Amino acid sequence: MNNTNEMEVVFDSCSANERFARVAVAAFLTQLNPTVEEVSDVKTAVSEAVTNSIIHGYENEIHKISVACRIEGDKFLIKVCDTGKGIDDVRQAMTPMYTSRPDLDRSGMGFSFMEAFMDKLEVESQPGIGTTVKMEKTIGKGRHLWTGQSL
Amino acid sequence: MEYQVQENCLTIFLPKEVDHHNAEIIRQDADRVIENNHIKYVIFDFEQTEFMDSSGIGAIMGRYRIIRLIGGEVWAVHTNARIRKILTMSGITKIMQIYEEDQK
Repeated sequence: MNNTNEMEVVFDSCSANERFARVAVAAFLTQLNPTVEEVSDVKTAVSEAVTNSIIHGYENEIHKISVACRIEGDKFLIKVCDTGKGIDDVRQAMTPMYTSRPDLDRSGMGFSFMEAFMDKLEVESQPGIGTTVKMEKTIGKGRHLWTGQSL
Repeated sequence: MEYQVQENCLTIFLPKEVDHHNAEIIRQDADRVIENNHIKYVIFDFEQTEFMDSSGIGAIMGRYRIIRLIGGEVWAVHTNARIRKILTMSGITKIMQIYEEDQK
């Protein structure tokens, strides 16, 4: 495929970097000419994944989180990796409203939001080794319906 | 956190972005104000807010858990379309009223 592009950022797992991560990804996404809605969707999904790594993966210790993005045509792929404590039961973690840390006022909606705002979501995790969240979204779905037509 | 207390009602003026980082600050500040002022009603003002993720939902749910013990309520005002979508999707609208001012 010729119209591909990639970027990767690695940053410390402090909560101030949640904003950095979603803004960096949104900036990279702009080359696909996304709608405001699509940018918001991707930003929310990235924010959820990075927050999970910070709170659950590293339990607020400072380690590295990597966010890699890849563009394949009109497909936008994001991979968020941490080398934290991992998830014992991925299926349970992905259940809406389930949270392992109710003491922290977590809503348990993180994975549900990622699922809702992206087209595809895959979670790979090994306890003690880390977690990788892969997400995919096609940008500009249905937009040609009207841009392709002469007025 | 910017806020205003009128009798037993607390209005929290939410920042531009409500994520885990900001929600933590709101959570701590709000709980202190709720306890010190016998707050029964909490209004979340989204006027400045352009971004919110599930951490914001968690923060709202947590405050609701505290004030519902004394029969309190949580409200949302000045929500834009994006914020309404997030609130509706999360299901939190079951416990929180969204106040819409100009229904033209």
